Amino acid sequence: MPEAVAAAISSPHQASSRRLLRGEALVGLLLNLPAGIAYGLMLLLPSLATILLAFTDYELGAMEWGWIGAANFEEMLEDRGFAIALRNTIIYVGFVTPISILLGLGAALLIEAGMRGRALFRAVFFLPVVSLTVAMAAAWQYLLHPTIGPLNAFLRQLGVISPPYWLSSSDWVLFSLGAIGVWENIGYNMVLFLAGLSAIPRELYQAAEVDGTKSWLDRFRLVTWPMLGPTTLFVLTITMIRSIRVFDTVAVLTQGGPNKASEVLLHTMYKEGFTFLRLGYSAAITLVFLLMVLGLVWLQTKALDKRVHYG
Amino acid sequence: MHGLSIQSVSRHFGEVRALDNVSLDVAAGEFVALVGPSGCGKSTLMRIVAGIETADDGRISINSRDITALRAAERNVAMVFQNYALYPHLTVRENIAVPLAMRRLSALERLPLLGRIKPGFSQKRAAIAEDVGKSAQALGLGALLDRKPGQLSGGQRQRVALARAIVRHPDAFLMDEPLSNLDAALRVQTRREIVDIHRRVGAATLYVTHDQSEALTMADRVAVMQAGQLLQVSSPEAIYHDPQDIRVATFIGSPRINVLAAEADAAGFIHIAGQPSGLQAAPGPVSLAIRPENLRLASSGIACRADGFEFLGESLLLHARHGATKEALIIRLAPEAPRPHAGELIHLSFEAKHVLVFDRHGKRVALRNHIAQHQEMTLA
Repeated sequence: MPEAVAAAISSPHQASSRRLLRGEALVGLLLNLPAGIAYGLMLLLPSLATILLAFTDYELGAMEWGWIGAANFEEMLEDRGFAIALRNTIIYVGFVTPISILLGLGAALLIEAGMRGRALFRAVFFLPVVSLTVAMAAAWQYLLHPTIGPLNAFLRQLGVISPPYWLSSSDWVLFSLGAIGVWENIGYNMVLFLAGLSAIPRELYQAAEVDGTKSWLDRFRLVTWPMLGPTTLFVLTITMIRSIRVFDTVAVLTQGGPNKASEVLLHTMYKEGFTFLRLGYSAAITLVFLLMVLGLVWLQTKALDKRVHYG
Repeated sequence: MHGLSIQSVSRHFGEVRALDNVSLDVAAGEFVALVGPSGCGKSTLMRIVAGIETADDGRISINSRDITALRAAERNVAMVFQNYALYPHLTVRENIAVPLAMRRLSALERLPLLGRIKPGFSQKRAAIAEDVGKSAQALGLGALLDRKPGQLSGGQRQRVALARAIVRHPDAFLMDEPLSNLDAALRVQTRREIVDIHRRVGAATLYVTHDQSEALTMADRVAVMQAGQLLQVSSPEAIYHDPQDIRVATFIGSPRINVLAAEADAAGFIHIAGQPSGLQAAPGPVSLAIRPENLRLASSGIACRADGFEFLGESLLLHARHGATKEALIIRLAPEAPRPHAGELIHLSFEAKHVLVFDRHGKRVALRNHIAQHQEMTLA
């Protein structure tokens, strides 16, 4: 009997609260609609189109095209140019990532420890990030020019008889592009590390001092480095993604040359798609590129994230 | 001397005097609570003792060794921080081991892999593990040794911080508001535990708090600090019953001590709002301070208007206003005492021995008429 009364009292209330929830859900959906449409039109649809294109032999302007299954990917395995581009991209990433992270961290530590000129140094190191790479490439071209470039003039002063042709020697070109990549990334990484450093509680350093850490290195190993874990992981991922995407310096300075020595993934994709107009093949390369980026993100979230977030 | 000695320490932050010529001795085995309102300089003083901050002037010594110029690492002083400052990436075991590893192992031995090759390393490691085990046991952390700080409750984290502090047998033990992040019930319980640990460790302990009840219940001696100055250092009883400065009197005690402005005439007789009180001190303006529990309702005395009540369970607080000066007064009554109506005229009396007299500079002055000590002051 009491249960029946209770049920009789509560059921209209429950119904009204259910109605309220449904109304709320509807409003929520409506509010999400603009973002949802934008996401669909700008990201989802093009991505889907790329994935579909990758399985066709479509060429820009072609009247007809056909499904060719995985033929694009099979061609990629045979394609020496693609293999070189992939190898060069991996070397480039392997060069730029660790060096720009270490130098970015170093710059951040020095700026954080310094008393004066913090804003100045922050701006100086961050400048390459906000400047237009294509424009900056002209400056680099001049700096690295084998005959009139200041770098080689300097090296000759030091007694180097035949300094390298930085951008036109197949032995040096990838290294030179890598150095420019490092220069581009240091500032970005430095700013991220500065943010990470400022989030470390001061008490931890004080506790470390009271606990008997004598040197800067002791405190770095006990506090700074572990506390920067999440930042470092983020910097690592973002730097790898940024350097996998290397394109503009290659396009402006070397066009992948000499003899494909600086051919990289995105430049190959660009050439296939926009020079040879083979959009299907280009889409297949894009897909490989996308999978690499997704793989990195997955690595970050799944494999490493647990190790650097404590608690 | 044996223990911690702070001599004439001063510290300025720009124009602000954080510490003004502060001297304080803490004997070995003694527990001194440094109490004062926020921003009074007590934490700064503690940090100077720890070596995290430097003094502009003055000397710090421990067991007669001048440590003023030494780095924190070389002082053998342990500190418990307000938010514990545990290393979040290390387990409880590793956290407690840090001070030992830093002292007993060389830089080479602390390297992750290289250190293991060195002879004598495993004995050192074993000794550290044993000491860590002992101090963890002492704080009941045995079952938590492999957890990370993030997996512990506030109370447990605090024990880890304490274990990390006692593990190396420090010469001086500093605690910076260690209980302020705990909930009320746990705080009262942990007070006793900290006092127990102090007894066992036996080091000179300086305990900073803004909570007077912590200071009074835990310490052998209480040091009251305000605006960078040490006002009084004495036993909890003396701080409460015999304050030498009106700022000590008003800071210690809850509810706050009642203060009445009064005037001693040329002969030294004190008048409250023009009424003679029968008390006698040096001529000039004075302040009379009387604890709420020492005031009582009487048929005659200081005329007041009742304002309202606060029922506290074990007692009843009566709020009143002085009839002439409108000064607020609080009277602690028995919980079952008859309650005057709001606005009702009441009279308050007190015994002469319970009144504290302060001169115009806030310094305590003696009452002259000792005969009157046990006399009930009813202000005729």
